[in-house]
Formats: sequence, C-alpha cells, structure tokens
Amino acid sequence: MSDAPIVVKVQRQDKPGTAPYWQTFSIPYKRNMNITSVFQAIAGNPVTVEGAKTTPVNYDAACLEEVCGSCTMLINGKVRQACSALVDPIREEHGDGPITIAPMSKFPVVRDLIVDRSRMFENLKRIRGWIPVDGYYNQGSGPQMTPEKQDMRYALSRCMTCGCCLEACPQFTMTNSFVGAQVFGQVDYFNAHPTGKIDADERMEQIMGDGGISDCGNAQNCVKVCPKELPLVDSIGRMGRAATVYSLKKFFKK
Amino acid sequence: MSAKRVIVVGGGLAGLAAAMKLAEQEIPVDLFSLVPVKRSHSVCAQGGINACNDVARQQGYSEWEHFFETIKGGDFLANQPPVLEMARMAPDIINLLDRMGVPFNRTSEGYRALRLFGGSLFKRTHFAGATTGQQLLYALDEQCRRWESEGRITKYEFWDFLWPVRDDGGRCVGIVAQDLRTMQIRAFRGDAVIMATGGNGLIFGQSTMSVICTGSASARCYAAGARLGNPEFVQVHPTAIPGEDKCRLMSESARGEGGRIWVPRKKGDARHPNSIPEEERDYFLERLYPKYKNIVPRDIATREIYYICEQGYGVGPAPSQMVYLDLTEKATGIKYEVLKKRLGGILEIYEKFVGVDPLLEPMKIYPAIHYSMGGLWVDFARDDQPVEHAGRAVGGGGMKKGDPRNQMTNIPGLYAAGEADFQYHGANRLGANSLLSCIFTGLYMGPSVKNYIESQKGSAAEISAGVFDARVREQQAQMERLLKASGDQNPYMMQRELGRTMSDNCTIIRINKRMKQSLALIEELKERYRTRLGMPDGSTWSNQTLAFTRSLWDMLLLSEAITMAAIARDESRGAHFKIPDELETRMDIPLDDRALKRDDEHWLRSTLATFVNGKCELSYEPVDISLARPEKRDYGKTTGAGPAKTAAAPAVQPIEPAVVAK
Repeated sequence: MSDAPIVVKVQRQDKPGTAPYWQTFSIPYKRNMNITSVFQAIAGNPVTVEGAKTTPVNYDAACLEEVCGSCTMLINGKVRQACSALVDPIREEHGDGPITIAPMSKFPVVRDLIVDRSRMFENLKRIRGWIPVDGYYNQGSGPQMTPEKQDMRYALSRCMTCGCCLEACPQFTMTNSFVGAQVFGQVDYFNAHPTGKIDADERMEQIMGDGGISDCGNAQNCVKVCPKELPLVDSIGRMGRAATVYSLKKFFKK
Repeated sequence: MSAKRVIVVGGGLAGLAAAMKLAEQEIPVDLFSLVPVKRSHSVCAQGGINACNDVARQQGYSEWEHFFETIKGGDFLANQPPVLEMARMAPDIINLLDRMGVPFNRTSEGYRALRLFGGSLFKRTHFAGATTGQQLLYALDEQCRRWESEGRITKYEFWDFLWPVRDDGGRCVGIVAQDLRTMQIRAFRGDAVIMATGGNGLIFGQSTMSVICTGSASARCYAAGARLGNPEFVQVHPTAIPGEDKCRLMSESARGEGGRIWVPRKKGDARHPNSIPEEERDYFLERLYPKYKNIVPRDIATREIYYICEQGYGVGPAPSQMVYLDLTEKATGIKYEVLKKRLGGILEIYEKFVGVDPLLEPMKIYPAIHYSMGGLWVDFARDDQPVEHAGRAVGGGGMKKGDPRNQMTNIPGLYAAGEADFQYHGANRLGANSLLSCIFTGLYMGPSVKNYIESQKGSAAEISAGVFDARVREQQAQMERLLKASGDQNPYMMQRELGRTMSDNCTIIRINKRMKQSLALIEELKERYRTRLGMPDGSTWSNQTLAFTRSLWDMLLLSEAITMAAIARDESRGAHFKIPDELETRMDIPLDDRALKRDDEHWLRSTLATFVNGKCELSYEPVDISLARPEKRDYGKTTGAGPAKTAAAPAVQPIEPAVVAK
C-alpha cells in the first residue's frame, strides 16, 4: 500500500446561492484513515495545496461509525457515508490520485458539504411514521411476533435517513415531488406492525398520490447504494401490490 | 394545552422521553438539538436494555436484585432510592417500547428474547440485534414526530444551547441558543428547562462517543451555577476498536453471547490467532473470575486488559498492544449463523472498519472512554414508605412520584436527565443500564416537571425582556470576540492536546503526580485560549468551527473539574483507580495491590463541584444508603496477594435481601 500523501479535491460553497468552487488539500498518509479523519486533519491546518490559508471544511457528522446517517456525500462520484469511506480501499480501487468529494446533488446546499435533507423528515410526517399507541402508561406487552416477522421489521428499522437511496435514484430530483425508496421502506415498516396497520390506509393515500409509488421506475439503484442493505426493492414491490389492492378496495367501496 | 412551555435541550433517549411524556400531559415542548434528533449519540448504543422479566423472575431474579446489582456494580456510590425506582419501572418501560414498535429479538414462541450482560448472572437484557440504541431512539423519535405533527412539540434542530437564563430570584426561566445555520442568537422562554445533553467523551480525544459529545451544555450550566456531581467518574469500556478519529465500540453483548477475551500465553507470539491452539491461549478473565468470566463489570475488565498489556502479553507492538475478543465458532462453540443474527450490527462495524470478518478471525480490541457516570448534580425526593422484601420492612423507599425535586439541579427550574445527570450509576455503570436510565429519567420526571411549573406563580412568558436581552448580548459579544481571534493557536490542535493529556493521565490509572501535570496543561491551554487563539473561520454563516471553538473553552472547564475531583479522591472505587505517587513505576507489584483500596469511612460520599469566581470548588455530600448496606464488591477473583494498603474495611454484614442469587 503506497504511503504517498492523501490528496482530496473538495467541492465547496460558501452559502446558498453562491457559486461552488474546488479546493485541493494534501495531508500526510496514515494507515486506516477514513474521509472524516481526513477532514479532521485539514481542520488542524486548513491550507490548500497551493499554500493558501482557508477554512476547515464544513460537513455533517456525528457517530463516525455509520449508524447515524449524517455524513452522506459523493466520494469519487459514489454516494456513501464519509466515515466508512476508508482511504486504503479507495486507493486499491482508484490508485493514489486525488479523491473527489462533493455534496449530495439532490438536496440544496447549505455550506460546503452540508445539505438540507428536511424533505426526508417532512415526508415521514406525511406518512404517519409512528405506531399510534394509546399513551405512555403501562398497558402490558406489545403484540406477540414471530422471529421471521421481527427479522423483516428489524431490517427496515435500520434506515438512518441518510439519503443515499434518493441521491442514487434517477426518478428523484431536487425539484420534483417523488418520495423515493426511503419513504416506501418506512411505509412497509409501519404497516407491518399490528398496531401500525391501523394507519395503513392513510399511508397508502399518501404514496398513491403525486410523487408516489407509480413514479418508481424500477432502476434498483436504491438497494445497491443503501449502506445498511435495506431490502428496499422488496418493500417497493410490496407497496406496489398494496397500492393496487387499496385502489380496488376504494373502488368497490364507492 | 397548558399556557406554560418546557424547553428540552438534547434529543437523545432522555430528551425525547421527557418531551413525549410532557406532550402526552398537554404541555408544549420546545426541543433543541445540535443534530436531527434521530442522529443523537443514543443511536450508537449497541447491546441492550435491562429489566426484570417473567422468565428471570421464576429463576429467582427480581427488581430488588436488579437494584442491588446496579448499586454493587456502582461500588455503592449511587444514591439508592432513585436506583430502586428505576429497577421497579424497568419492566413497564420494556412493555411500552414493545408497544411502540421496537423490533426486539424474539424467541421461537414470539416472546421477547433475553441475553446475558455485565454484572449479572441472570438473563435480563432485552435487545434488537446489536444496535438496540438505534431502535429505541428511532421509536422515541417516531413518537415525537407524531406530537410534532400535532403541534405539541416544536423542534429546533441544528441549534446550539448557549446559556440557561435565570431570573432575579435565581430560577431558570429559559435559555439562550444559536441557530447553527444562520448563526442567529436569541432567547427562548421556558417555565422549566431540561438538560438531556449526554456525556463528555470528546474531552478525552478519542472515545466511543459521537463528535457532538463535548459536554459543553452541562459545562455552560456549571459555569452558570449548576453543581456537578461525581465528575471524576468516567467509564472506560473494555472492548473498542482503536482508531484515528474515534474508538469504535464492540458491544459487551459480544461477550454476553459467548465471546471470549484472550492473549497468547507466550509474550510476543507472532502467529495468526487462528493457529494458536487452546492450550497456548490465556483466557485471563475466565481464569481470574470463574463465576462472572468475560462479563465482569466494565471497570474490572478494563483494568485486567490494561494490566495484561502492561506486563507485555498484549498483541502487536507496544505501546499499541491489544487483546483478542474471539467470536469464532472454535472458541465459542456457537454457530456462525446464530451469532450473525444476534450480533449483526457490531460484526458489520468491525468488518467495515477493520476489513476482517470477526466470526472467522478474533477481533483485536483495547479499552476506550465510553460513558460519563458523573454529570449535573440532581436532587430526588425520597418516598419514606417502608420497602418490603421477603415479608420484612427494610427501611426507606424509592422516590416520591411527581415531586418537583426529582431530577432538579440546584438551580430551581433547571432539570437534568440521562447521561447528563450524575444519579444512577455511582462509580461504574453496568452495561445495558444506560438505555434504561435515560428512558426512565425522561419518563419519570414528566409529572415532576408538570407539578413544578404549575406551582410557579405567573409564567416565563410574562417576565420582562431585560434579563433575556442581557444574556443574548453577552453571547453575541462572545461570538464576535471569537470570530475576530487572530492568534497562532488552532482550536482543533488545542483540543487534541487536551485529549492526549486527559487520556494519558485521567482514565484507567490515576496517579496524582501525573494528573497535576494535566491540570497544569489545562491551565496553560486556558491561557492560550484567552490570549493566543486563532479562529480559522470568521464566517457568519453555518460556521462549524465557531461552535467547536466555543465548546473548547467549556471542555477545558469540565476537564479541570474532572481532574481536580480525581486528584482529591484518595481511594479506589469503581472506575476511579488511584495509585499513590511513590508506586508509579512499581510494575513489579500486581496492579490491584498497587492501588489504594475503597475507603468507605472517608470516601463514601458524592463529590460536588461548584464554579465560584472562575474556579472549581470541591465539596462533598453523604450517599443515601438507606436500602442496602455497602459490602465488599466481590466478583469472585481467584488470585491476588494481600493488599498493599488497607483502608478501613466496612465492618458490616451484607443484609439478607441483597443476596438472593440462586
């Protein structure tokens, strides 16, 4: 493994509405570095390769171990978490050349690599993303559940709202209304719970309207980029079928 | 809906539990968080959450047993009534989480599965794979989203808490906070304020904590007059993956499910671990602790790992020696697929960051800073109703539900909950008790906070603007000073120096001579901050460096309190392990014998740290031991020469109700 300095080319932007620009940094090589520790090294001495004093790179981060979903960005064109983007495997694949780092392209930039992902959270409100319990007093156990059902729910429960699936999806753009795999996975998750099922119809209404399930083009990019390997395509399939059933139900109820 | 409002600072398990409980009681909540609340540090918790349960009960377990395990695990430093209350409510909390949809692992019949965890011989830990904190946090996040959609909770995400506002009478009546995007600084009125802002791992440089865990919010309350309790008690978790940016936690559940810690019997054995046969391995925790084996409490496991490496048996070149945590089928006898199911999340972390499948090759781990037992001092109202056990009254009770004093700091109207408080874990926390204490404190304090705000005449909304404006102006001025700082000291490099000295001198082993050096460095860093700080980013939009630089000062204040309290406490208790100066280099003496012993006669008391005229002042208060008399904290260690220094041993017998293990 080469120990040539680690060079990163970062797409920066000072605030919304201003033009983005590139800056290149070089830091001494150390084994087992990830992109977040590269940013930490830059922050200790924020100088570009041309010797210009600049500011530390601004980016969302928290857990540094790929469970919080904060540090989503484009690294060598691929959407992923910066904390689990290790330099050594990147070098194995791409050589020692500069690593290109850019913010997600489907969400408005706030500054540098920080983007505004509130759209994902607003959608979770729309689809009633919670179990409608009566209250917080002790009323006994929840429903009994088979290990298989728990397995299915557990897999979907790991969605950390990182946005990788939306970034990779050809149907999702910054300005359209498509809700994307993130929402379909969560609808599937809440509908799969005996109490959650109470709101299933309402959730169906939400994902059958504008920007809903019929806008999915089946590219299957989502499942390829999901860092938690959520079975998103299974969820989308189930939601498609549920939507059909639901619209028939509605039709015959009239 | 109530005309009064409550501010909750911190959106982890404790903050969300408090917010949702208040919302249920029709009290509007303003919820502040540095990050979208589901990205809070609680998301990193892995192993599980403790509670007595039907199966364990039939094997001889009880809420009392859980209480006593916790008290003993904490080396008898925790006030007892709050811990009893927590153990009692734990089964209710599991039921509630279950109803809220947490995907707990299930048995074949469909009931909630259980696993073994540190400090107990009973299976009383409920779990969702090996990512339990994530599932619990998300369930509370979902509930708060529901209240948000109904207008009862208003979220202020990407906001930094700056200061608690106190009125002329000293009551807390709101906060000053900053929008980290627009950088606007403004005041918010609140009839009560709850600090649920977690721990302070970043003070130690690398830790298992998230980058937002600076302890700044607590430190700001401390600077504003709130006492700290037991700041010197910090937990070093035995098993983490060392790293450049953080130490990644390898959950205790790996050991609870059968993982075994070992080192080669031969020093410097360079063979691949899979080639080292059983007889040439030293499973040292099993050797030393035949009863608890690999799941002895964390402080004990950490010291044993430290000591085995100090003696040169660690793996890899010194000083970065590590030990093996073995989950292979060869060592555990458990099939690949079974462990994959129960530990998936943590196995993934190891594989992603180290590149090795831990089910095929033993993991290499080393202890890392993990949790703050100490924190903001909080009060409690004891329920004097006698507690019955096995038909006998054994003295005081738990807490009085709904009493406004529960979880209140020494500043009226300012509360603390979760890791940010000091109350539940004494000198050492048992695994899977933090997810419990966070949710417990958040829920339990709901009625207390409600009663407090209803008892106050008038509301925060009616207070004149003067006191709020003054605090906002102060924060504004401080921000402007920081933005203009043009010295030669980079704040990130200064924080690294702080982390290094605190890690080197103030964690597993504590020696006064070395800690005094750290104190001197902290003083020097404060001086450099005051006179030579250079702000790398002067922007007034979305400036992360500003927030970091501001919290560097708070981290210095907190480090000072931690180090001073550790120097003052001349005994060993739980995670605090004091070696006298003159024995600093005596590696020939076994580690346990080098240290001071627990000294109940002089030190069975909580440390209080108060910020007075810019300095940390220490004082002490007695511990409430009304329910169980302290006894020797024995986990059945089989070796050890006589103690080098004996302090007054507690001359009491353990009382009967405390010893129910079958």
